[in-house]
Parts: sequence; structure tokens; C-alpha cells
Amino acid sequence: MSLLGSNLSFAYVPGHYVLSEITVEVERGEILFLLGANGSGKTTLLECLCGVRVPQQGTVLLDGRELLRLSARDRAKHVAYVPQFPETAFPYTVEEMVVFGRAPHVGPFGRPGRRDWERAYRALALVGLDGLSRRPITTLSGGEKRLALIARGIAQEAPYLLLDEPDAHLDPANQHRVLSAIANLTNEGLGVVATTHNPNSALLYGKKVLLLRAGRTLAAGSPNEALSAELLQEAYGIPFQIVGDPIGLRAILPRVER
Amino acid sequence: MRAKGRGAERTSWPLRRAGITLLLGLLPLPLILGSLLLGRKGLSPSEVWASLFGGEVSETARALVLRVRLPRILAASLVGVNLAVSGAAFQGIFRNPLVESRILGVSSGAALGAALAMVFRSGPAGVQTCAFLGGLLAAGLAILLGTAFGGGILVLVLSGVLVSSFFSSLVSLVKYFADPYVQLPGITFWLMGGISSVLWRDVMPLAVASSLGVVGLFLLRWRLNLLTLSEAEAQALGLPVRRLRFFVIALGTLLTAAAVSVSGVVGWIGLIVPHAARALVGPDHLFLIPASAGLGAAILLLFDNIARTALPTEIPLDILTGLIGVPVFFVLFMRQIRRGGGWK
Repeated sequence: MSLLGSNLSFAYVPGHYVLSEITVEVERGEILFLLGANGSGKTTLLECLCGVRVPQQGTVLLDGRELLRLSARDRAKHVAYVPQFPETAFPYTVEEMVVFGRAPHVGPFGRPGRRDWERAYRALALVGLDGLSRRPITTLSGGEKRLALIARGIAQEAPYLLLDEPDAHLDPANQHRVLSAIANLTNEGLGVVATTHNPNSALLYGKKVLLLRAGRTLAAGSPNEALSAELLQEAYGIPFQIVGDPIGLRAILPRVER
Repeated sequence: MRAKGRGAERTSWPLRRAGITLLLGLLPLPLILGSLLLGRKGLSPSEVWASLFGGEVSETARALVLRVRLPRILAASLVGVNLAVSGAAFQGIFRNPLVESRILGVSSGAALGAALAMVFRSGPAGVQTCAFLGGLLAAGLAILLGTAFGGGILVLVLSGVLVSSFFSSLVSLVKYFADPYVQLPGITFWLMGGISSVLWRDVMPLAVASSLGVVGLFLLRWRLNLLTLSEAEAQALGLPVRRLRFFVIALGTLLTAAAVSVSGVVGWIGLIVPHAARALVGPDHLFLIPASAGLGAAILLLFDNIARTALPTEIPLDILTGLIGVPVFFVLFMRQIRRGGGWK
């Protein structure tokens, strides 16, 4: 049971590939972190994995079935995608925005029922936003908007969850709350792919890492293998140092001359 | 169990919005009855009542109420409903609060149809039919053009603007060749909007289009909420975005074309009424659609009452909606914005 993108290549403009021959697999019950410099193709890869973009080459297999053969609704029942920011021109409340995640479970002429609202509130509580459920989403801070979107993805109850920078714009407490909530969900069998610019998130919560550079795979494997100082320098272009304590906990910092 | 109780309590929260929606939805009914009293010949409430529901009343009064005033008043209400509801739906799917019901060129197309019908001397029924078909044609062209160039929202709006200006030029061309003493004034008056001389025969097709469009859009009310998200988000939530958007555009175009074919060009209603409704009941289309319908009907009815009674001759509707409506709503919205709500 896995979400497998194999040999994916994608170009927005013909000939200019932002993804080249990427293979990535996440199993149910594990978190994979996608790292890479700005513009290295992380978001595009997520969008290919949920079927919003169609790669020019390669296939995405959802538990062995071809993703793009499924209807949009079936895809959404199996793969939830959480973009970086909500894009709506209108002031829906936080709870209305979160219950949008129930869309694949609600018929075309229907509205979310009691069970759907329950899932939405549970997801809101999980990210710690239940106190803001009736605020218009347009009045929230950047970090709170992210939390609302993550709650929407959780409320969708798909076995695979794709998160675009879930830890960006969040204070350390909220980063920890969100990532450990997601880690708990993987213990219940959820497969997660998350992009991040914080390698330490991957060290702390990740099971696998895929490091991208200019749309190509630079390294793949466990966080400790794929996030070595040399590979990080190759990915981002500046030197890094890895500090560790005797228990084996590690942290990645840019190398600073003092 | 605790979670269940909490869920139930939260879902009952929109009661206030539901109440306001109900009030707005029912607002046209007393206005319709009141409007029957207005007119050049004064009628007493008992005469109107007797004409409507049976009773002792002169044949002249009965004919005036049932054959002249009632169809016109119903037509005005339905035109208001159609413009406001299609405006609300278009603002939603184009994800832009500045869009209105005429965004896809419907009214320019309708104007061309009407102008051609007048030049070729067809009767009022012919003008209405040609206006309706012209409206559908223009929107159809805009959709075709938009789809040919990728089908994104921006492309659709752009092709709507292009088709709209192209058809406006065609209208000018027809006016240029029209008989300046007989046909040109007719075309000009049609372009300024108005609901005079409406018969039951004209109201019936309008009523059918209104019911189809409003019911269809109301059925899609929650999907409409989802369509206000970005295309990628809505797709990732499992929506067949393009197909749904097409249905919404088709229903909205039906509503607009049917309205414009009866009333001529009436601006502003399809832009501001959905805004006012959204400020009152929020952006959920469950409430927004009925609230827009009620408010649109009420406001257009008020304007039409002024149009037919204020001066010895008819005042064109588009002049009234612009001259009175725009300043009134400017003040309302400035207050709303200053209080920190509103235009977002």
C-alpha cells in the first residue's frame, strides 16, 4: 500500500523541465519530507502526486492503481493536498473552510451533514484552532491560515496527505503541534509527503527524505543518510554543519564564521 | 457523545443568517401587493384585493390589476431575481467580487438581437426572442473563445470583455443603418432598459427561465462555495472544476439572457445586490442565493415603481438604477468599510 510516483517529468513550458525523472514512494504509516532550494520543484511534485498536474512522463500509482485513471472525486478520497495558502476571495469562516475538506464525501447537490461537521471540528481541535472556528478566514494571521488548511486536509480523511510546507509561518510551538499531530496520524496508518525548508523537521519527524536540486533527485533515503553536510551544501549552495549530542539527537545548522 | 453534541450546537449557529435570509426572501411579497396599488389610476386596497382573489369590483379595475399591473410587477421582480442571482453565482465562480451578471457579454448580445429584430420590424415577441437568443449567442462565443485558450478564469473574463465590446460595436452598426425616425428611438429606449407594456405572454418564459436557473444554482449551493477556491484546490478536493463551472455559467447565462430580453439593459443590480446580500448573510450560497433573489426582486420592483409613476412618461430603468442606486449603495458600503467589514 503506497503512493508511488515513478520516473516523473514535468514542464510548464515545453522543453523546460522543472521535474526530471523523479521517483518517490511513500507507504502508509510513514512521513516523507521533500527538501530542496526554492524553485527546485517540490510543490510541482506534490501537485503531480495528487493529480492536479499531469506529468509529461512517468506515472503515479495509488496502491497499485494508476492515479489519473480515477475520477477526481476518487482521487480526492485517497489523496488530500494542502497548499501553502487558502485562496478565496470571500470571508468564509474557519469551520466552513475546514468542512470544505469533506467535499469528496458529499454529493454534488448535498451539503456537509452532522458527521462531516464532527470530522471538521475534530481536525480543528487537532491543530489547536477550535477557538477560532467562527472567525472569517480572511482575518487570520498567516500561521493560523496554514493551520486551518492543514485541518481541512486532515478532515478530508484520505489515506495519503500531501502538505506544502506545513511548518512554514508557524511559531515553534505550533510547528511542533502540527508535525507531531501528523506523526500521530501516520501511526494510525496515514502516508504523508511534506515539503519543508527546515531540515531539522525532517530529522525530528521524518522517516524518509527526498532531496531535490533543480528538479532532479540529489539524494533519497533516511534523514540521516540524505541530509549529510555535503549533500545539503550541494542542494543549497552554502556550507552546513551537523551537531549531535551523545544520545544521538542531531541538528543541522548553516556553517557560520565567527 | 460529547463531540456529537458539540457538532450539533455549532451547526445550528447559522440561525441568525437563516432568519435574515428568510426575511429577505419574503420581502418581495408585501412589495408586490403594495405595488399593485400604485399607478396613474388610483385603486383602493379593497379593489385590488377583490380583483386578485374574487369579489365585487368593476371590470376596468380588474383588467387593470390582472392584465396590466400584475404581469409588469411580476416581470420586474423576476428580472431582479435573475440579475441578482446570476451576479452572485458569477462573482463566486470567477472568484472576483467585481464581476457581474453581464460579464460574458450577455447584455451586448441581447442588445444586438433586439436591435436587429427592431430593424426587421418584428413585433415585441420577436424582439424578446431575438434578444434572448443574442444573449445566449454572445455568452456561448465567450465560453468557446475562453475554452479554446485554456479555459482558465482570467481567459474567460477576458473573452467575455472582448465579445462584449465586439457586440456593442455591432449594435452601433445596426443603429447607424436604422431608420432614424422610427427604429432608432426604439433601439435607444430598449438600450436604456424598462419593463413597460409587458404582457402575461412575456412573463411566462421569463418565469420558466427564472425557476430553472435559480433552482439549479440553489441545488449546487455548496459546490458553488467550493468553486470560490483556486482551481487547483477545488480539483484536489475532488471537484470536476471545469464541468461544474460550465454548468454554473450556463445557468447564470440563462437567467441573465431571460432577464435582459424582457427588461433591456439594466446595469448595477447584478453587481451590487449580491454584495449587499453577502454583507447581510455571509458568503455561503445556501443563504446568499435566496437572499440575493429577494433583495434583487425588491430593489428592481422599487425602481420600476418609480419608473412608471414618478413622471407622466416612463423613466428608463438603467437611468434610475444608476442615478439613485449607485449613490445610495456608495454610502452604505463606505459605512460598512469604515466599520471594518465588507469588501474583502
